[in-house]
Amino acid sequence: MEPLNQQTARGEDLFGRGWNRRTWLKTASLAGAGWLSPVASMLARAEEERSGGEPAQSVILLWMGGGNSQLETFDPHPGKSISGETKAINTNVAGVQFADGLPLLAEQMDSLAIVRNVVTKEGDHERGTYLVKTGYSPLPVMIHPTIGAILCHELPVGGAEIPRHVCIMPNQWPGRGGFLGDQYDAFKMGDPSGKLPDVTSRVPDDRMQRRLEDLNAVESAFARGRVARVKATLHQETVASARKMMSSEQLAAFEVDQESAELRERYGDSAFGRGCLVARRLIEKGVRCVEVNLNGWDTHTGNHEGCKTQNKQLDPAFASLIADLKERGLMEKTLVVCAGEFGRTPNINPLGGRDHWPNGFSVVLAGGGIRGGQVLGETDPEGSRVSHEQGHQIFDIHATILKAVGLDPTTENIAPGPRPLKLSEGSPIAELLG
Amino acid sequence: MWMRNLVFGGLCLTGVLVLASSLRPRVTPEQWKDFDPAPFKAADFKATVAQVNLAFRDPWKREGLVPSAKADDLAIARRISLALTGTIPSLEEIRLLQSRDESHRIDWWMQGLLEDRRSSDYLAERLARSYVGVINGPFLVYRRRRFVSWLSDEIHENRPYDQLVRSLIDSNGLWTSEPAANFITVAIKPDSNEGVQENVLASRVSRAFLGVRLDCAECHDHPFQDQWKQSHFNGLAAFFGRAENSLAGVRDGKSTYEVQDRDTLEKQTIEPSVPFLPELCPDDGLPRKRLADWVTHRDNKAFSRAMVNRCWALMFGRPLVEPVDNIPTNEPLPPALELLADDFVTHGYDLHRLLHLIAATETFQLDSAVDPNVAGHELTDRHEELWATFPISRLRPEQVVGGVVQASSLATLDYQSHVIFRAVKAANTANFITRYGDAGEDELAEHGGTIPQRLVMMNGELVRDRTQEGLLQASTRIAQMAPDDAAAIETAYLVVLSRSPTADEAEHFQGRLAGLKGRDRNRAMEDIYWTLLNSTEFSWNH
Repeated sequence: MEPLNQQTARGEDLFGRGWNRRTWLKTASLAGAGWLSPVASMLARAEEERSGGEPAQSVILLWMGGGNSQLETFDPHPGKSISGETKAINTNVAGVQFADGLPLLAEQMDSLAIVRNVVTKEGDHERGTYLVKTGYSPLPVMIHPTIGAILCHELPVGGAEIPRHVCIMPNQWPGRGGFLGDQYDAFKMGDPSGKLPDVTSRVPDDRMQRRLEDLNAVESAFARGRVARVKATLHQETVASARKMMSSEQLAAFEVDQESAELRERYGDSAFGRGCLVARRLIEKGVRCVEVNLNGWDTHTGNHEGCKTQNKQLDPAFASLIADLKERGLMEKTLVVCAGEFGRTPNINPLGGRDHWPNGFSVVLAGGGIRGGQVLGETDPEGSRVSHEQGHQIFDIHATILKAVGLDPTTENIAPGPRPLKLSEGSPIAELLG
Repeated sequence: MWMRNLVFGGLCLTGVLVLASSLRPRVTPEQWKDFDPAPFKAADFKATVAQVNLAFRDPWKREGLVPSAKADDLAIARRISLALTGTIPSLEEIRLLQSRDESHRIDWWMQGLLEDRRSSDYLAERLARSYVGVINGPFLVYRRRRFVSWLSDEIHENRPYDQLVRSLIDSNGLWTSEPAANFITVAIKPDSNEGVQENVLASRVSRAFLGVRLDCAECHDHPFQDQWKQSHFNGLAAFFGRAENSLAGVRDGKSTYEVQDRDTLEKQTIEPSVPFLPELCPDDGLPRKRLADWVTHRDNKAFSRAMVNRCWALMFGRPLVEPVDNIPTNEPLPPALELLADDFVTHGYDLHRLLHLIAATETFQLDSAVDPNVAGHELTDRHEELWATFPISRLRPEQVVGGVVQASSLATLDYQSHVIFRAVKAANTANFITRYGDAGEDELAEHGGTIPQRLVMMNGELVRDRTQEGLLQASTRIAQMAPDDAAAIETAYLVVLSRSPTADEAEHFQGRLAGLKGRDRNRAMEDIYWTLLNSTEFSWNH
């Protein structure tokens, strides 16, 4: 699928003004229908064989919505005034400590890589989210695709009959296709304990059948005198694909109940825990990117209490996800990333809260060929900011993720303009991939 | 005790009255009453329309293309409603339209809608996307909603477009009391809250007001359009070098615009300069005022062309020159663009007039199909390229939701409508748009339909809520109140698809209703509604 798509896009574009409505439509719709196309998966397999090695197949993004405090999670400074009395605990890697709210995860440290000095210039939730999820700062010129959309665009379709980009419990800014097209937007769903939205017919089968039959009567009336034009909308194909998804056995991957009670308990009785468990089930079906949101980290008041509540959900879910992936031999195939839009201020404000802090915060990576058990960078125990020259940049983390899934970050797509745009402007961080 | 009975009785009576009044057709809204056809009969209006028509007909003739025939009035009315109000015509409106004399129906429709508050609100939201984007921006110093409602007022009053744009570029003061200033404050530097991001503003000015993509030359000379150099972009950005935010709001300070050379890393102070027609730019005055003078100068054709191209795109779903904000400055342009741009300048940048002119052109009123009974008459790519048929384009999410919500009511849903309806509309709209996917800032680029969109239309809450049987639901009311099956099907088609059913469709669907009564009939109508809402025809502009 992808080679086809790109060829069309580029061929049209480089020769000037060929980037017209119809090209867009064709490329966009082709890509949309490509979810299920057998030709696409054939091409896909060929692609996979060619690339040789064993790059990761999927990314699970644990999104810490609101911006998690690095000091109460992965970068404690015990005994210093900025800690605000938050204690630290040892992990299973000598010399690496976590804040005391993450005891289970501490036992998985040997699988994790922590980048403790990430810096950005974006202290606003929306802009920060945009930057961390896309690797680019917001521009009026275009909307950049988020990492999940890039993966779906660049990597083969495989056997997935369900959306390959899924966002569980999104906040306002879930992953999206941007200029790559709406068909790369994340499929959004709520707490997996509830029903998956929009995939179940509201009426019994016989009524649904009748409705669809009736649709033909309306469609043929509309097609009169414009057959080809109506075909080009691909509306009916998209309806058929949607129907196929509604009846796909892979939908079972969204059902958390199919796991043992014992395993569910290990992930924790929280929406986030269920989200992480479903994320594992989805990547087993070939879903490329699952974003699981844990919102509520915007602790401007009562930071410590807030983080305690958050950690109670994060700790068992994240730790069990790692353990579960390892047990199933999926760790090398799956890259897990845990990040938020920024960190929190080292200084505690008069309301006992911490404010936005893009000047040195933690991003965690695990699996997918990432060398675990290491910490990169550090923040100042007294709380001054990490300089931009010294800190790790978001785009380098993006480049690392892309490299881990077997993509070359310097690959260019044609962005609106039209102009060529790299998947990421960063370079992979060698120590992480070591 | 009698007191309580009285209150109870009163409450019941009020309830009955409210219900009764909602069933009664409402009076004709003000703007629809006093229609004055004079402006559209005036010689200069008709002359421009005729010239534009000729500009399209010439190439058709040269290539021997037979254009589509004129579309049905209702089809044209649907296009206009979608473009101006973001929704489809109500049954109430359709009945009013049908009662008008055919010779001036479309002019009457256009004028009525242009004076309708729904139109200025919707147009403001669409224009705002190119002026300030969709991001909510710096929290304390930017109020997007305030900006959009101000813009809506300006459009409603039909303030000359050049003045409107001047007030954006050269705005001063607080973002709360001077809503235009949000054009500047949306670009306040995120880490300082004082200076502005000059590049963001330069990019908006060049795209939204000039229809050129200078910003592609921000980092390097333009890869595809070599007339744009990095120096052009930097010079434009420098006009905003002194803009800053203070306690008194936006003002011009003393700072300068500096850029860092990407190679040598040296800082360089950039003087304001315009990318073309420097003779139109005044030498003296505050930089933003100079820029505003230059952008809106009547000889700066890029300005009027950009707006004509955008308005054309709003009306047709597709611009005359694609993409909408990339109009060449050194190549021949479509004659229609030039004709309309000249008229726009000559008539004082009258936005309502421009939109009305576009609606009055032959091309806008063409069918999107050809008569299937004429042998050999087929639509080709050339028909689309030369506008010999009306383009088919995907509706935007809010147009789809607007259509679904309107189709569930027989009366027009607008600012006169009951407050509960409006609240439901707002909540439903937001949720649906999240699930359906918003096109964002780049809203005029073409996107294909997606599977989640079909899922949300087929199985989602909004469509369920808006079709299932209920006392105030249009589907139920049609099922129960239409005199016979034929009238019921006819009405459902008018309400959902703004047209009458074909003979085949009428026969097919009457069969679905035949002999059904009560709840069975309501359910059958619910099914018909679902079918119509899930058709290609409903989700596309045509």
